[in-house]
Amino acid sequence: MASHLPPKSTTQHSQPATAGVASQAHATPRGIKRWLLTTNHKEIGTLYLVLSLTMFFVGGLFAMVIRAELFQPGLQLVEPEFFNQMTTMHGLIMIFGAVMPAFVGLANWMVPLQVGAPDMALPRLNNFSFWLLPVAFTLLLSTFFMPGGAPNFGWTSYAPLSTTYSPPSTTFFIFSLHLAGISSILGAINIIATILNLRAPGMRLMDMPLFVWTWLITAFLLIAVMPILAGVITMMLLDINFGTSFFSAAGGGDPVLFQHLFWFFGHPEVYIMILPAFGIVSVIIPTFARKPLFGYASMVYATASIAILSFLVWAHHMFTVGLPLVAELFFMYSTMLIAVPTGVKVFNWVTTLFRGSITFEPPMLFALAFVVLFTIGGFSGLMLAISPADFQYHDTYFVVAHFHYVLVPGAVFAIMAGVYYWLPKWTGHYPNLRLGQWHFWLSVIGVNLTFFPMHFAGLAGMPRRIPDYALQFADFNMVTSLGAFMFGASQLLFVAVIVMCIRGGEKAPAKAWEGGEDLEWTVPSPAPLHTFETPPDFQPRQH
Amino acid sequence: MSGGSYYVPVSSKWPVLASLAMGAIMAGAGTLLVFGRAGVPVMVIGLLAVLAVMTLWFRDVIHESRSGLYDARMDRSFRWGMGWFIFSEVMFFAAFFGTLFYVRTFALPWLDGEGAKGVAALLWPDFTASWPLLEPPDKAIQGPHETFSPWHLPLVNTLILVSSSITLTVAHEGLKEGYRTTARHWLTGTVLLGTCFIAIQGFEYHEAYTHYGITLQAGIYGATFFLMTGFHGLHVIIGTIILISILGRVIRGHFSRDDHFAFEAAAWYWHFVDVVWIGLFTFVYVF
Repeated sequence: MASHLPPKSTTQHSQPATAGVASQAHATPRGIKRWLLTTNHKEIGTLYLVLSLTMFFVGGLFAMVIRAELFQPGLQLVEPEFFNQMTTMHGLIMIFGAVMPAFVGLANWMVPLQVGAPDMALPRLNNFSFWLLPVAFTLLLSTFFMPGGAPNFGWTSYAPLSTTYSPPSTTFFIFSLHLAGISSILGAINIIATILNLRAPGMRLMDMPLFVWTWLITAFLLIAVMPILAGVITMMLLDINFGTSFFSAAGGGDPVLFQHLFWFFGHPEVYIMILPAFGIVSVIIPTFARKPLFGYASMVYATASIAILSFLVWAHHMFTVGLPLVAELFFMYSTMLIAVPTGVKVFNWVTTLFRGSITFEPPMLFALAFVVLFTIGGFSGLMLAISPADFQYHDTYFVVAHFHYVLVPGAVFAIMAGVYYWLPKWTGHYPNLRLGQWHFWLSVIGVNLTFFPMHFAGLAGMPRRIPDYALQFADFNMVTSLGAFMFGASQLLFVAVIVMCIRGGEKAPAKAWEGGEDLEWTVPSPAPLHTFETPPDFQPRQH
Repeated sequence: MSGGSYYVPVSSKWPVLASLAMGAIMAGAGTLLVFGRAGVPVMVIGLLAVLAVMTLWFRDVIHESRSGLYDARMDRSFRWGMGWFIFSEVMFFAAFFGTLFYVRTFALPWLDGEGAKGVAALLWPDFTASWPLLEPPDKAIQGPHETFSPWHLPLVNTLILVSSSITLTVAHEGLKEGYRTTARHWLTGTVLLGTCFIAIQGFEYHEAYTHYGITLQAGIYGATFFLMTGFHGLHVIIGTIILISILGRVIRGHFSRDDHFAFEAAAWYWHFVDVVWIGLFTFVYVF
């Protein structure tokens, strides 16, 4: 494999475009117009990542407000109404503004590089997908300034809280979610078309890096369920503004119908936020263990199984709503089934590490923490899947602990791992490894201080989404809040690392990491604006 | 595979303008619904801007296509793109069909006291489940007086839409065989049939409100009726606009016998709309 490592001649004629210098042939616009009008997958990927990081801090700020209020029992800082807006907007911003755009940004940058494509399949559509998002989030954040405030019913928007009893701004929330949804669908279509159509000659589906595979399956999930979300929020819109009774039993509708439709979208949605993370980790662990991924094919099949199962488990979010017994049983067992393919994945990651020559650069640290901490989140999910037990856990902090374990040290850590891993390819410099290690250790300690005590508070009965709580939960909450402030503050280090890495640092060669074997490591670092204009020679590796 | 020839467009101003225009529609519509008429001009400007941007964007694409910039791979990208887009539309309607089935199979019988969830009957003890639901549980909500017979206008519309799929296929075959006049005539026929469908549907809506008492506010029957036929009707309107623009291109001499994906994409969309209607006719009107 070392034989074709030096950058190939195919990329030579792209050299003038390096470092953002406009190439004469294309007369690329400069300044702000370059970013507004771009059709380049790398620039659009960067835009997505910058938006995501911004939203991560906006949503993080809301989390800090929540944790400051919950630092001590009693009402201190904010009104309960505002607290509810904080929990709602924290969820919405983090899911639709931070995690999803981050993965789309990584896909934009890396999928064409990993499959040897000249760009995304539909570059203008790609730019459209991105620019819908700033518009959508401007609209969403503007609801704070409307009479009655921002949406306050939780990101799950259960009717009738989100219909009969919702603030006027809910209509704007619905429209902003429509825009974000259109963006997701178009982005997913683009990614699928790129993967299915623009692979380098000779690259079969089963030769693709796992990040590409997981994104192919994620894109399918997005196209399948974002329209369901569009449908259900449209019905909300009609109930609020046009007097329909979809979610009102008085007219023959059913508020539980909202929950069914929402979670038919919502459960695949949570896998949309974790499958690309699996892909990133499955790429990083082999690189730093200097071994091929153990069980490549089983990884692919496990991912596909998880995606299929995700359509059959939605009502496990609704165990206490009053489902028929047969539904409780079906959704309990189908949910437990997901542990099987997930277990296959964890087994494969651990087995890849077994007898590897492991080094602990920041990407690997985040990936290893992912394996351990995501597994904790997976196990608490298995506990929640037990329907009778869920009657105790439902809507407590145990649930909050569960999904934050899979989303923060799960999805977010995987995103950070990916950023550290690919920063040399994006900027041409290694990130400051010492600072990266500080960022990692502070984050991993902060995240566990934040979310681990939530398990105990939840099992003891502390409900979620409340601004005040009984005195016996005071200690757990104070630890949680301190951990949250620590985690929040250490993310400033992340920004520092990224900014420093863009400005300078140790020069990275084309193959920035010794064990990196995928196609992106065959192009120079930083990757020139246009890569693989002639397809690379792809040599399949033995998995 | 024809590597190297894949066309990557230079920068374009349409995507970002399209996003802003979409934002204007959404912000305008939201303002209209929440704060009143001040939103109307914003929404109208947004709508016009979206139409203008789409026209100019497609003009660029058509120009590139006719300049021979697109290779076979590009063609496949468009095919995957359109195919998956239609799949997303299928899922959009799936949410509405799911709603209809859930209401008819579970929600209404439970409100009537049936089965394990029958405690819901405590809310309105006098309620009797039926479909079409003429008497909603709460007396404050006025249900429909009667519902449409499927064998009058809906059947006519079914025949119209099914025939339009056939005429479109004849037009497509004509184009493939090089009979451009045939293609033009049958495509014109398809557009006319689509327009007839929309007109009849508009007349039916008028009847629904004036004589049948089927309104958006008439409980779950009216809600599902207008949700499903309304979004279908919107898709027929969009499909007709697409077909008209394709007809314009056929008249201008665009498309060759073996390279006319825009025509095919429009046809895929039209057949999809047709299939949705068969589902609607079956489950909204007949059963």
